[in-house]
Amino acid sequence: MTAPPPAPAPVVHATLLAKRFGTRVAVAGVDLTLNAGECLALFGPNGAGKTTLLRLVAGLLRPSAGSVQVRGVDVRRDAHARSSVGLISHHSMLYAPLTALENVEFTARLYGLADPRGAARRALESMRVVDRAAVPVRTLSRGLQQRVSIARAIVHDPTLVLLDEPYSGLDEAGAAALTSLLQALRGRGATLVVVTHNVSEGLALATHAAIMTGGRFARFEQRDARAFDAQRYAAEYRELVRHGA
Amino acid sequence: MVPNAPGFLAASWIVARKDLAIELRTRSAFLSVVMFALLGLVIFFFAWDPTAVSSLDLAPGVLWVTFTFAGLLGLHRSFGIELEDRAIDALLVAPIERESIYAGKAIANAIFVSAVLVIAVPALALFYNLPLGRAIVALGVVAVLAAIGLVAIGTLFSAMAVNTRMAELLLPMLSLPFFVPIVLSSAQASTRLLANRPFGEVLPWLKILVGFDIVFAVACTVAFPHTLEE
Repeated sequence: MTAPPPAPAPVVHATLLAKRFGTRVAVAGVDLTLNAGECLALFGPNGAGKTTLLRLVAGLLRPSAGSVQVRGVDVRRDAHARSSVGLISHHSMLYAPLTALENVEFTARLYGLADPRGAARRALESMRVVDRAAVPVRTLSRGLQQRVSIARAIVHDPTLVLLDEPYSGLDEAGAAALTSLLQALRGRGATLVVVTHNVSEGLALATHAAIMTGGRFARFEQRDARAFDAQRYAAEYRELVRHGA
Repeated sequence: MVPNAPGFLAASWIVARKDLAIELRTRSAFLSVVMFALLGLVIFFFAWDPTAVSSLDLAPGVLWVTFTFAGLLGLHRSFGIELEDRAIDALLVAPIERESIYAGKAIANAIFVSAVLVIAVPALALFYNLPLGRAIVALGVVAVLAAIGLVAIGTLFSAMAVNTRMAELLLPMLSLPFFVPIVLSSAQASTRLLANRPFGEVLPWLKILVGFDIVFAVACTVAFPHTLEE
């Protein structure tokens, strides 16, 4: 009898993860495990530590304590492991003087894609902004910049996508494009972490939901589609935020 | 997930090409640095007393002092463009070694300051009536070696200073002490070249320049990832 193959490492595995900035504690001992295809919707008031947690998972910050791994690897130390990560943040992370296409193509080249220009065009198409491909980013509106920024983040078809307020600034068409993009990513087995203040948007795709306050998970639950009452969850979230958890 | 992330040199060149594309698109930094260098040469020219100091003695010092300060002006923008909308985060999440970000920035800066020298050196020859003739090739080598040393240090300190409130002040304060051996050996080598001295007198200064270039390039590449820690 042969031994069963070892279970694959979780896509995200954080243990007692903490981050301090001087004396201020931004993340205080978070445990988190997400497997392939799972989607965590992360809610919380301003300053709860959501963005810091996302930046820790992306490898942009060094933990003050604890550890975080992506597929069993510390992405801060392993450049190759970072190729599976896509990050969308408050900031567009774009170069204003360059065109939308040049920005996304630059990222495609950094990820070693075979046809960087073609991949960049496809990513811009998926966000319905390819008609602005030749326009310098600085001349685009905030919403269009956000679309280009999302195209930049997913041009390499990441299997872990970290999204910090991805819907902010998007109009209805942009939001619809993003939702269908996230659905397609989930369909391909990608793991998503979505930070948002909008409970219904966050829960639309989520397999897990968490509310963060004071650097900790005040609530963390697996979302059972049959038993999960989104309206009640939203009301409880508002109550939690109102009373400062 | 992609298995073919670029290696160190390829990633460095991708970063350098992007920086040069941004500069070509805006041209703001290049024009201001060239103007600064030319104005520096002009001011030194009007302050010069030809009866007291010969042009051959004065010109190399003028060139390297002007070039050092003009270079600092250009180096300051190197990481500024990365912080405008946190584009640096996209670089740090990419599957490339962090050292290649530094190398790419340094390559772009070296090309940038070399382009400034291409304009500044003929202007210097014009103002001070210098016999560039035979020395032009050797002077070009000195200029390239000096540019490598200056950008190796300046790029690292630009990354360190950019996050601070007094970046414009901090960058020269950090960089200038380290520029001394580069400026000194460049000035000595070019003085001898312009005076048509035997190459044996120039060689020791070139060796010092190469030595400092190697030390600074290696040390700054190794140190760079630590400047990105938050």
